[in-house]
Amino acid sequence: MSDDIQKEVAPEEAVQKEAVKKAAAKKEAVPKEDAANEVETLDYMIVSSSPHLFDDNSIKKIMWTVNLTLAPAVIFSIYYFGLQALITLLAGSLSAVAFEAASQKIMKKKITIDDGSAFLCGLLLAMCLPPAVPIFVPIVGSFIAIVVAKHSMGGLGYNIFNPAHIGRAALMVSWPVLMTSWTTITTAADVTTSATPLNILKLQGYEAVVNTFGSQTELYKALFLGLRNGSIGETCVVLLTLGGLFLIYKRIIDWVVPVTMIGTVGVLTWMFGGTNGILSGDPLFHMMAGGLIIGAFFMATDMVTTPITRKGKVIFAAGAGIITVLIRLLGGYPEGVCYSILLMNCVTPLIDRYIQPTLYGRGEIG
Amino acid sequence: MLGKIKWGIHPDTHKSPTEGKAIESNELPNRVILPVQQHIGAPSVPIVKKGDLVKKGQLLAEAKAPVSSNVHATISGKVVDVSDQPHPVLGKCQAIAIESDGADEWAEGVLIERDWQKLNPAEILEIIKEAGIVGLGGATFPTHIKLAPPSGSKVDTLIINAAECEPYLTADHRIMLEYTERVITGIQIIQKVLGVSNVIVGIEDNKMDAVKVMAHAAAGTGIKVAAVPTRYPQGAEKTLIKTLLKREVPSGKLPLSIGVVVQNVGTAVAICDAVRNGIPLIERVVTVSGGAIQEPKNLKLRIGTTFAEAIAQCGGLKSPAKKLIMGGPLMGAAQYTTDVPVIKGASGILAFAREEVNDGPESPCIRCGSCLDACPMGLNPSMLSILGERSFVEEAVNEYHLFDCMECGCCTYVCPAKRKIIHYIRYSKKMSAQKGGK
Repeated sequence: MSDDIQKEVAPEEAVQKEAVKKAAAKKEAVPKEDAANEVETLDYMIVSSSPHLFDDNSIKKIMWTVNLTLAPAVIFSIYYFGLQALITLLAGSLSAVAFEAASQKIMKKKITIDDGSAFLCGLLLAMCLPPAVPIFVPIVGSFIAIVVAKHSMGGLGYNIFNPAHIGRAALMVSWPVLMTSWTTITTAADVTTSATPLNILKLQGYEAVVNTFGSQTELYKALFLGLRNGSIGETCVVLLTLGGLFLIYKRIIDWVVPVTMIGTVGVLTWMFGGTNGILSGDPLFHMMAGGLIIGAFFMATDMVTTPITRKGKVIFAAGAGIITVLIRLLGGYPEGVCYSILLMNCVTPLIDRYIQPTLYGRGEIG
Repeated sequence: MLGKIKWGIHPDTHKSPTEGKAIESNELPNRVILPVQQHIGAPSVPIVKKGDLVKKGQLLAEAKAPVSSNVHATISGKVVDVSDQPHPVLGKCQAIAIESDGADEWAEGVLIERDWQKLNPAEILEIIKEAGIVGLGGATFPTHIKLAPPSGSKVDTLIINAAECEPYLTADHRIMLEYTERVITGIQIIQKVLGVSNVIVGIEDNKMDAVKVMAHAAAGTGIKVAAVPTRYPQGAEKTLIKTLLKREVPSGKLPLSIGVVVQNVGTAVAICDAVRNGIPLIERVVTVSGGAIQEPKNLKLRIGTTFAEAIAQCGGLKSPAKKLIMGGPLMGAAQYTTDVPVIKGASGILAFAREEVNDGPESPCIRCGSCLDACPMGLNPSMLSILGERSFVEEAVNEYHLFDCMECGCCTYVCPAKRKIIHYIRYSKKMSAQKGGK
């Protein structure tokens, strides 16, 4: 290669990014408001590194698709929990967008609220809250999620922890009573309850859970259809799963993550979750209860905070599944999905360092 | 199961504007610019000077170094300049400019009809070297070197690369349909040089007409024709070998190390012309396409024809070209002027209209992993781009196998954050070379 190319691709390190964005910079030099002028200056040609063809996929597309797949579960929760849920959801997602705009404005960065990532973060946070929390709770949660967990780390792509779960964890330790006060819901068996199935399990045991719902079949039905108490967005297993399947179909998430995580929880709770020794647990109950479904499909698949390779993703999901079961069965909290994912977020860089894709031409073949 | 499901990408092929159009013979260019470097290796050395009268096929610049290639006059006329001229890959390069006398006369001692079957491999190699033939798929490695494996290496398979996986390009497709007999003869000549009986022609299955024509022509010759799945970069040497033979070329080695030689289908035609008819490499088939071209065509162009002239032969531009590319849209080189000449490795000239240039502003990596799924080499382009951004070159080389990257562009194509991953990789490679540590 000649010196000319060298000059183009190897400038001083500090100005390297300028060279990368040479084409973009040129484009910006054209005054956008003056359309006539723009046409006149079209005689230059963009010179940039190959490739010159790009897929029309974008961060914006990915994020809004995820938002859309959450819509059925969101609509169900508003129907089921009522106006309180709607207020919490709106407060969470809209304040997240506002906090992102404010953070980026203060840091003099480009405002990227239209990419849908802040909205998604706020929405997921609100979906993990009890329906009747005071309005300041989702707003404070969004502040912690967006400002502390996301933008203090450098913004989208740089955060180590799932922002929505950091927000929820912070709220849990700050307002433990508010965060565990569930709406009174009348279950199928006409019994009034103000606890989640996992709460009942923790405090009174599995028999009490079954009794609350009438029978095991009624329990499964309630869990599957979402007719039970719990956080706003985590209850309706069927709609969340459909949303997750759509994301798998769209190749936005990898099926190995939810399968591994839910599978790990199922196997471990079946083995150790019962009171009559090994293999006497109820895996179906554990797989559908709590925030496992939303966690496995929408949180453990968060691109930024989980491993980038497929093998790494499996390790992550299995680890999250194991920690979830440990917390549920042995820990002080009734539910452990949030903490399990946060704990596995810690080891994501480590996983990524050691698990690399299989290289061409360095294996046994050839 | 947990490994890679598949590599590569499926971009829209954009081949329909030209795939059905026969190759058009060129109008004689008024002026050609012939750079002394159109190949990988050392530049050739000019043996003519300004004012000399030259004829078509006459040697203009000689390959002096072991890895180099001859350059011939592609029209008859007068040498008007030997100086630095725009070059589609190098930016600027010493070049010999010839102004046509309109006669298009052949030089003496060039057109020689030979019975190639009576020639021995050494004689054939000498003819190929004299004719200045290089790999016409775009890599432009001197063919006479590629076909002369060092003693001790054994070649068991010859692969003819006719995948033509780059979008827009249809030159190889048309070559197979129209120059079928020359392709087959060229392959047989290469077979003789290498002494291999196992030959596979790999054609992407979006060109089934070419597969049929080639299979029909190859009947009885022992040449196998295989339709391979359409998936970019199927036509990269290493991926095509993997698809056809289930063999992988070890990192840092040539296909030769696993007994394979790959030749482009266009190169086979050039070899046939040179060996059988004594015609040096003076023209090639070029696809001129893209949204800004009035009438996209497959043209047979003299080497050295300027892009401007080639575009003019296709009715000119219907809208201003926002990007002008030599080669395919995924690996081709963007041009800053239409004054650059068609060189031996120019498989296409693409002029993109404004709406075809769709790279957005770059944002930080969101670690979606699309690039890892797309990378045919099993690299971690995400990490390579991040390391490149920070100039952590050593880590990129040692831990993330920077030099395994063949710059096919899949990662950058799929990136939802629109990161210019290949640019970072090129930058890192350059930095690494400057530091002298590979």
